[in-house]
Amino acid sequence: MGGQVERWQYLNPGKTLAETLDISHTTLLYVEGVTVSFDGFRALNDLSFYVDVGELRCVIGPNGAGKTTMMDVITGKTRPDAGYVFFGQSINLLELDEPRIAQAGIGRKFQKPTVFEQHQVYENLELAMAGDKRVWPTLMARLTGAQRDRIDEVLGIIGLRDQARRPAGALSHGQKQWLEIGMLLMQDPLLLLVDEPVAGMTHQEMDRTAELLLSLEGKHSVVVVEHDMDFVRSIAKRVTVLHQGSVLAEGSMDEVQHDPRVVEVYLGE
Amino acid sequence: MGIVKALKGDTGGQVMLAVLLVVTLVVPVLNLAVPETSFWHVSTYTVTLLGKYLTYALLAVAVDLVWGYLGILSLGHGAFFALGGYAMGMYLMRQIGDRGVYGDPVLPDFMVFLNWKELPWFWNGFDMFWFAALMAIVVPGVLAYIFGYLAFRSRVTGVYLSIITQALTYALMLAFFRNEMGFGGNNGLTDFKELLGFDLQSDGTRAGLFIASAAALALGYLACRMIVTSRLGRVAVAIRDAESRTRFIGYRVERVKVAIFAFSAMLAGVAGALYVPQVGIINPGEFSPLNSIELVIWVAVGGRATLYGAVVGALMVNYGKSTFTAMFPEAWLFALGALFVLVTLLLPRGIAGWLPARRAG
Repeated sequence: MGGQVERWQYLNPGKTLAETLDISHTTLLYVEGVTVSFDGFRALNDLSFYVDVGELRCVIGPNGAGKTTMMDVITGKTRPDAGYVFFGQSINLLELDEPRIAQAGIGRKFQKPTVFEQHQVYENLELAMAGDKRVWPTLMARLTGAQRDRIDEVLGIIGLRDQARRPAGALSHGQKQWLEIGMLLMQDPLLLLVDEPVAGMTHQEMDRTAELLLSLEGKHSVVVVEHDMDFVRSIAKRVTVLHQGSVLAEGSMDEVQHDPRVVEVYLGE
Repeated sequence: MGIVKALKGDTGGQVMLAVLLVVTLVVPVLNLAVPETSFWHVSTYTVTLLGKYLTYALLAVAVDLVWGYLGILSLGHGAFFALGGYAMGMYLMRQIGDRGVYGDPVLPDFMVFLNWKELPWFWNGFDMFWFAALMAIVVPGVLAYIFGYLAFRSRVTGVYLSIITQALTYALMLAFFRNEMGFGGNNGLTDFKELLGFDLQSDGTRAGLFIASAAALALGYLACRMIVTSRLGRVAVAIRDAESRTRFIGYRVERVKVAIFAFSAMLAGVAGALYVPQVGIINPGEFSPLNSIELVIWVAVGGRATLYGAVVGALMVNYGKSTFTAMFPEAWLFALGALFVLVTLLLPRGIAGWLPARRAG
């Protein structure tokens, strides 16, 4: 166990994880022929799904289509019965456990935002920052100039610069969601998996979230699972429609919307 | 530099340390230099009582570190205090030498009484002060480390953890009550004569122990402040408030918990080691679960997660206890229970939360 990442880090200490990746084929994530069964129910059925470097992808589908299960498989929470999941050409995610997958550069935001309410926004980002998280280095840790700049940059991206010194518990629901995305960014992930980012948001907050996710495109690959079709329409370039555990259609929002199979199972409702 | 940073924004702590400094400078002078007939004279009894309170305050700070900042409600911290006390007690026993009732140059009286012929192996080395002082810190630390490692790795939290800490101190109490354990059984260790060659009954030694207790409290307080103001302290609060989220952003929660828990136990051990020469006895009653619960009440009264609140709470409750038990010896536990209920209902953040200019974390 441990696999490629650990071996690579052992041989090449002090280099970033991005260098462990082989993304020469411009594909960051490979999910191939993945099947997951729960008590005979096939949550994922021979699912194949690819994400390019720097791409922003939306995944839609009716309830029970397998969206969350797919995220669970990628982040190591659920083991598939069959199939392959690779990060780049070389890292086999099925060999890694949850923390290692996170260290390899895959960050996940769950539906319900959880921030450290007693801590300031700034401190939330500081704690999430990539780095040595063992006990003694954490006790001795001092922020370097570069780290301060990075926190400031992320504060700018998530639009919470004015709130930096407020306790996170005092933020609105939408701001907490952004802070959590910011905490993900502090971990320098190559791939962000974002589950229902606009649930419970006002329209203005939704617009702001759309801007935020669009601004990440190119620097990070982002996979957004969302129910809200207006929101998906506002950000999506490529959309994947899941149905009964496999991909039903994939393409631009227009193509997908006019695909008769999609209309039948989902949009036509 | 580090000290200044640790106390930045901690008004309560600054005031507490300033008062402590003044008291530490003034009380020994009033005790030793002012004649007994003077109004300003402070009796040796009072000096020793204050010294005892200061060791309790250090113990309360140790509890607040794990309860206030890490969310671990330890109901067994009295055990670490007592172990530190026993380590010091063993040194003091060895110092008695042949001045015991039975006059044995090596064996403490209780061993002669039990008809033992030689010193048990674990009593070796306790004739040296440095060794005993080291053990007063190491033994509680190692016990807390092993206990914490097992409990936190199994992800035991909340009330279940509190119950097993309570079981820990209860089990130790039963063990130390047994004569075969070699720690004096029911009677414990007492009849001490000297510490580092200084007569324990002399006023000068009593004042010295008082000053040492004050210094230990100040240093322990500063060490805890340095921890809670570091990033590790922020991780601890994050664990307290959202443990699984902290794990998810990459911290080994168990290791943080066990490290801080063990450090807290070491502070409790130091407090116990300073307590014993001042009260002149250590017996298994110190392991009583009731003691551990009582000290949690000190922290609750003073105010959780402030550190200085723990000091204030320990001093006030113990002063109250000394006064109250003199008047109504039977009613103290009722008064303590009522105090806990009232503080929980009316002052959920304790005295410190009620004072102005308080800043959490």
